[in-house]
Amino acid sequence: MVIDIAGASVPDWVALAPTVALGLGAMLLFVVDMVEPEPGTSSNATLAGISTLGALVAFLVAGSFLVIGVGQPDGTGAVSLFNDQLVVDGMSLFFVVIVGSVTALVSLASYDYLAGQRYQAEYYALVLLAATGMSLMASANGLATAFVCLELSSLPSYALVAFLKDNKGSVEAGLKYFLVGALSSAVLVYGISLVYAASGHLQFDAIAESLGAEPEFVGVLGIGVVMVLLGFAFKTASVPFHFWAPEAYEGAPAPVSAFISSASKAAGFVLAFRVFLTAFPEIGGLAGGDPAVDWIVAVQVLAVVTMTVGNFAAATQEKVKRMLAYSSVGHAGYALIGLAALNAPQQDFVLGASMMHLLVYGFMNTGAFLFVALTEHWDVGRTFQDFNGLSEQAPLACAAMTVFLFSLAGLPIGGGFVSKLYLLGATVQAGTWLLGAALVVNSALSLYYYSRVVRAMWFEEPDASLEVDSYPTSLYAAVVIAAVATVVLLPAFGLLSPSAIDAASVLF
Amino acid sequence: MPIAGPIEALLAVTVVGAVTVFLTPDEYAAKLATGISLVPVAVSLWMYSVFEAGGNALTGGDLAFESTLAWISLGQYELAYHVGLDGVSLPLLLLTTVLTTLALVSSWTPIGERESQFYGLMLLMEASLIGVFAALDFLLWLVFWEFVLIPMYFLIGVWGGPRRKYAAIKFFVYTNVATLVMFIGFAALIFGLGDSISSFDLPEIAQALRTGGNLETFVGIEPPVLRLAAFTLMFAGFAVKVPVFPLHTWLPDAHVEAPTPVSVMLAGVLLKMGTYALLRFNFTMLGETAKANAGIIVAFGVLSVIYGALLALAQRDLKRIVAYSSISSMGYVILGLVAFTPHGFGGATFQMLSHGLISGLMFMAVGVIYNETHTRMVGDISGIADRMPWAVGVFVAAAFGYMGLPFMSGFAAEYIVFQGAFASQVIPAAPLVTAVTMFGIVVVAGYLLWAMQRTLFGEYSLETDYDVTRAPVQDVVPLVVLLVLVIALGSAPGLVYGMIQDAVNPLLYGGVLPW
Repeated sequence: MVIDIAGASVPDWVALAPTVALGLGAMLLFVVDMVEPEPGTSSNATLAGISTLGALVAFLVAGSFLVIGVGQPDGTGAVSLFNDQLVVDGMSLFFVVIVGSVTALVSLASYDYLAGQRYQAEYYALVLLAATGMSLMASANGLATAFVCLELSSLPSYALVAFLKDNKGSVEAGLKYFLVGALSSAVLVYGISLVYAASGHLQFDAIAESLGAEPEFVGVLGIGVVMVLLGFAFKTASVPFHFWAPEAYEGAPAPVSAFISSASKAAGFVLAFRVFLTAFPEIGGLAGGDPAVDWIVAVQVLAVVTMTVGNFAAATQEKVKRMLAYSSVGHAGYALIGLAALNAPQQDFVLGASMMHLLVYGFMNTGAFLFVALTEHWDVGRTFQDFNGLSEQAPLACAAMTVFLFSLAGLPIGGGFVSKLYLLGATVQAGTWLLGAALVVNSALSLYYYSRVVRAMWFEEPDASLEVDSYPTSLYAAVVIAAVATVVLLPAFGLLSPSAIDAASVLF
Repeated sequence: MPIAGPIEALLAVTVVGAVTVFLTPDEYAAKLATGISLVPVAVSLWMYSVFEAGGNALTGGDLAFESTLAWISLGQYELAYHVGLDGVSLPLLLLTTVLTTLALVSSWTPIGERESQFYGLMLLMEASLIGVFAALDFLLWLVFWEFVLIPMYFLIGVWGGPRRKYAAIKFFVYTNVATLVMFIGFAALIFGLGDSISSFDLPEIAQALRTGGNLETFVGIEPPVLRLAAFTLMFAGFAVKVPVFPLHTWLPDAHVEAPTPVSVMLAGVLLKMGTYALLRFNFTMLGETAKANAGIIVAFGVLSVIYGALLALAQRDLKRIVAYSSISSMGYVILGLVAFTPHGFGGATFQMLSHGLISGLMFMAVGVIYNETHTRMVGDISGIADRMPWAVGVFVAAAFGYMGLPFMSGFAAEYIVFQGAFASQVIPAAPLVTAVTMFGIVVVAGYLLWAMQRTLFGEYSLETDYDVTRAPVQDVVPLVVLLVLVIALGSAPGLVYGMIQDAVNPLLYGGVLPW
């Protein structure tokens, strides 16, 4: 098959170029590491450079594809590949943009974080492999493909969390993450098998077609759909498979926490969006009529519980990284509104709101974890108190962190304000007042624990032993870039939201 | 509509200036920030000189320096960057730019640490205040309105006095909750208006609400109830900012802990955000509801005047005295607004301006005395008039301005407010209520004269171990400039009163609802 990109006729797999860039980057890292005279001695700069470049290429190519109309109705139309097992459309490209930007920031920041560590090439290669899996998740168009892509992104993540081999916390976190991951994978696969049993298909469109609005075997199908939903709950760190998140994020190297909590979560969401909107729309009642399997209500419950659990748990933490981990659970609850409020009249707006929230979240949450990476680099400790008076020695980084935290809370200092407003608008449209109220109340609560960090950094007197002796360039650059992006997304929100809403509208 | 107007220039200069100052080494920050802040002063003075607008921004008047740019679309609503000025917002914008520069100069002496951050935040606050007074789209306005809190939070929390953390957090919590309450009220109105509006443009919403009949039943709430509920929520939200008794308790803490220049901005401009929003939202959009409940609203105003004054009487700390007297002065604004007469609205707006200048002056004067004596307690100081004649002279003049000495702006403002309130058809027993409120001035005169008598005059003595000398020139210059402005506005209120009248008069006509 041949498609037309910017006036040139190219093979259709070119539409997958962003994913290919990530995969090739990973391969290149292995090669570079191998041809070094002594294995394992490759310079950190080269490795970080390749990794950042690969992610950046994926980000830029996906972004420019979105602009020139690849995969979109007014351009080439959705590009189906490999017997409809993969699809490249606005939705997949939008999420590759998120994954690519997060991966680039994380790779950049890892240069300083990994200084002096062993197995650097493996680290970057695993990051890029996981990113490849995530970008494939955005394109997956069948349950079997989805499962393989999900595992491709999960397996490297387990290893990355346990990367600090001499650190007990890191290894423990890796093991917990792996065990919960294995369990949830089993749940997902079992759910897939039940859906297959009820529909006889694995490809999303075929499932929807075979099920129709009034499927047979509703019981089997219902259990299958719920189990698939639970499987995605793991990837997105939503209730009930959220309890790995605080452990894994806290034990993992902070850049890896940033990577998993931002990119991996986004990838989990895009897969969930596509499965539920392409494979299960009619049985959920999206096409009108009574739902056979009312998964919207299930997601509504999950969303409210997830945001409430995440926020209340975050409010009781004493360690900053753990607080961010629970806040990340809370944000998964917000993003679930994209599915939970789909009974609104403008469904594309609802889904677009969720996509935009994940985009903004990609920057602000990654930035916040990278700031924690910076503090780990300085060895200032993990609790709120350890951050006391940090702004006297590192005002720029603390200003950036303040931007992240206030934007996460939804104050109008960054894109988080508008994305939450969009989500609120979505719940209002759907008439799900409880969901909207939960969003507002939880956001208000979140200001409490986010401002604890701000207060420690700016208002408290520093500990006598606090000493910031170095200002690592690449970590700083990553944090500042993320902060600028967060702020710019406030005025520039309107430039990007149409592409999210357009991408969403294709799925209905 | 051209996008690159003077308002955009003001925003750009202040934001870029803030970032630049933030990244500048401490030793240059003060001078650089002050220099940068002169640009907005010049631009806004130029805007004043070429200002040509008529009518009220929300009732279809001609706007000056208007510009519009599509921003985001939220479902059915098209949100825009929409700014513009009328005769109410321009004077407040001028107040912001002038007071910021003077506050920056007055920071040179007291602010000695983390200067680049301090001055950067001050400029950032100026930017958001300009935005608050210029924005004409609800969401844009809300962004600026909320953003003001962030620099203020840090300015109190980092550079404040001993209880700065408590004060900063109290301020932050109070005002954020207030915003949430106000937001819920306004959102209810928007949903109630349903399809009759297609944007959050404030003029459009104001017109839709003033014409009547557009409001629909919303989740079972009938339009009149919806109006009343929205009015109450919005009034409560804004009343925190003003502050109106009994929602004022954050104010003394914030003022006492904040460093002098921050107090100047807080009393001078931030409180005006509350009354400005009351004028724009409650009294413009829901005028009929305000009229119907004038008795209750005026009670809040009168209570603020009297209670604030009595509280001030009970204080020993000079800064607390000025802080509580602000509550009293803002009560006059409420009285003027609720009168629904030309002079009521006009006087209220003029009082915002006048109080901005006089309270700024008072806080600066107290700050200058504190810089020298390191105490603000009335009993600890006495007879410093001989040692710092200029600063004390200005202090006395400012105090008389507060008491309403003719040819000072306070006199003009209060006189107009009283005239407006006296003639009100809306306030029950208007002459009586006005007379009671006037009594507040007597109390003000009482505590100010008493405080001055004890601290400034008499035998010299000081409880702290500091040598009191003449205040440095940089401390006195902003005082003198402000005093000149106060006298200028008092002698020639027409400098701004014409444009204020022009902008508030349309609010008195129309807006009658047919239900």
